[in-house]
Amino acid sequence: MNLAVRDIRHNAGRFVFTTVGIGLLLMMVMGMGGIYRGLIHEATLLVDRVGADLWVVQGSTRGPFAEISRISASLEDRVRAVPGVARARRFVSHTIQRMHRGRPLRMVVQGLSWPDDSGGWIPLVAGRALRQAHYEMIADVSLRLPLGERITLGKDAYQVVGHTQGMVGSSGDGLAFFTVSDALAIQFDVPGEAVRLERAARRARLENIETGRLQPLLLDRAAGPSSSIPAFSKPQVSAVLVTLQPGADAAAVRRTLGTWPDITVYSTQEQKDLLLSGMVDKAKRQLGLFRVLLIIISTIIIALIIYTLTLDKIRDIALLKLIGARNRVIGGLILQQSLLMGAFGYALAWWIGQFAFPRFPRLVVIETADLISLGFIVLVISTLASMLGIWKAMRVEPNTVLSA
Amino acid sequence: MSSPAVEVQNLRKVYGSGHTEVIAVRDASLSIARGEVVGMLGPSGSGKSTILTAMALINPPTSGRVSINGTPVLDGPKALVDLRAFRRQHLGFVFQKANLIPFLTALENVQIALEVNDTAPREAKRRAMELLDYLGVGERANNLPVALSGGEQQRVAVARALANEPSLLLADEPTAALDSQRGRQVMELFAKVSHERNAGVLVVTHDHRTLDVFDRILEVEDGSIAERVLTRPQTTP
Repeated sequence: MNLAVRDIRHNAGRFVFTTVGIGLLLMMVMGMGGIYRGLIHEATLLVDRVGADLWVVQGSTRGPFAEISRISASLEDRVRAVPGVARARRFVSHTIQRMHRGRPLRMVVQGLSWPDDSGGWIPLVAGRALRQAHYEMIADVSLRLPLGERITLGKDAYQVVGHTQGMVGSSGDGLAFFTVSDALAIQFDVPGEAVRLERAARRARLENIETGRLQPLLLDRAAGPSSSIPAFSKPQVSAVLVTLQPGADAAAVRRTLGTWPDITVYSTQEQKDLLLSGMVDKAKRQLGLFRVLLIIISTIIIALIIYTLTLDKIRDIALLKLIGARNRVIGGLILQQSLLMGAFGYALAWWIGQFAFPRFPRLVVIETADLISLGFIVLVISTLASMLGIWKAMRVEPNTVLSA
Repeated sequence: MSSPAVEVQNLRKVYGSGHTEVIAVRDASLSIARGEVVGMLGPSGSGKSTILTAMALINPPTSGRVSINGTPVLDGPKALVDLRAFRRQHLGFVFQKANLIPFLTALENVQIALEVNDTAPREAKRRAMELLDYLGVGERANNLPVALSGGEQQRVAVARALANEPSLLLADEPTAALDSQRGRQVMELFAKVSHERNAGVLVVTHDHRTLDVFDRILEVEDGSIAERVLTRPQTTP
């Protein structure tokens, strides 16, 4: 006869309410683990999907995911000339926040090295890849921009031609893919007045030196668009992505690029490690601490509930002792109740999570290994939680029945 | 000749020490044969319950010996056997309140006593049902205690006490919570099971209306036992 089940059946209401509470706590524990996995997934998604073998970034920096990295766009051509390199692409990535249709819109602007890269590697769920050098964009569905929608960023309007799903940056903001030149235009957009003031300032600076006074044509050029002044460098990009030829010696290519003092080279794995050891690592520790606290709280709650349930039936336990029940029968009653509470709470957490987690603003990834380890933790904490009740039960004297 | 169901020799129980010392039982001795129903009377605080709990192996005496079914089990406070196992196999208890486990049905309350004594669940269920039928509460087998009357609860408690066919049945004021009619039924039940199942029965009681069911009556006063000669009413032919 299973005493634990019969007692639970008798006190079903209390058991159910307590189990729901434990279940919600465990769902939070489960969810926090899932949020951490989601952070890693989102953070490494782009690095994984973009398919580069090497990342060339500004010298002595750790790349665009760790800090600001600025390198000349022309570096793409230099890299392409290195033996073993099949493909080099400019990489631009920055986050913007604009108002769109009355709501704030945050997106990670991602530059594709058009025409070499039209975004064919991007997994689309609707629409198409980029087909022209300007004014088209591929947006993640999380940005809630329908196909065909035109959105004004800077001085230009861009039309949504394709949709991705689940393509978000490390901050959880949806990715939007543009050509590199459009991405730079969005990044470095300045108001017309600022452009006019800058041109006037250039002209004024030139007028103060002899060259400007002797060559009036130079004054006219200085007051013109920056792009028409050969002395000015091309816009800078965040990184250059390198794809190696099949069978190429990656170490040799790295050695070659490593001799260039203006850049630093990372493998894709190194770039991911840098990404994870930075922002994600802190989030991991934060979430880990919360998980530990919640597990401790769950243990205390289960222990107190089991202890209370034990106190409620202390006379029954004394009676069981009086009629000769062994300690394992009494201990088993309490331990089984604790385990059942933990098991039902865990199952409830998983079930509620199926509905709740997809509605979280950030991706929640529940992996089987995490579920198994949490199940093991629940087993351990349920066992630990029963100890207080068992300890109390073991101290009860059989003659408590008579004195009650 | 078979061993007595219980034999108590020179039982002494002292609570506290020094100035606060209270002698609850003084050198009490008694013996109850199997198949004998013995009543124990006495005012409150006279030591009845102390003697009973010592015999129940849940309140060890300060000194004295207790043997049950011929086996020495207590020598003063020292246990000579595994007391819990011994209680399980040889003793049955009935209290003032039925003390049924509230989350078990009447049948399960009896069944659990059998299962803790290693009877297989199926067999335990069969024997528990037999006992409930024997005591006239078989039709209430699947009811929880809360749905039973006081008398029915006490019958279930008796069934539980008898489950493992104890050689000694101890009852502490079992009719105190019952009306006179139900109280008498329970007392007669003790006499019946004692005689039919050959168990020694000791009943601590204040109820003088049911003394005629006992084979012997012991009176306890100031921790000492005296035997009262029982005068049964004469029945006219």
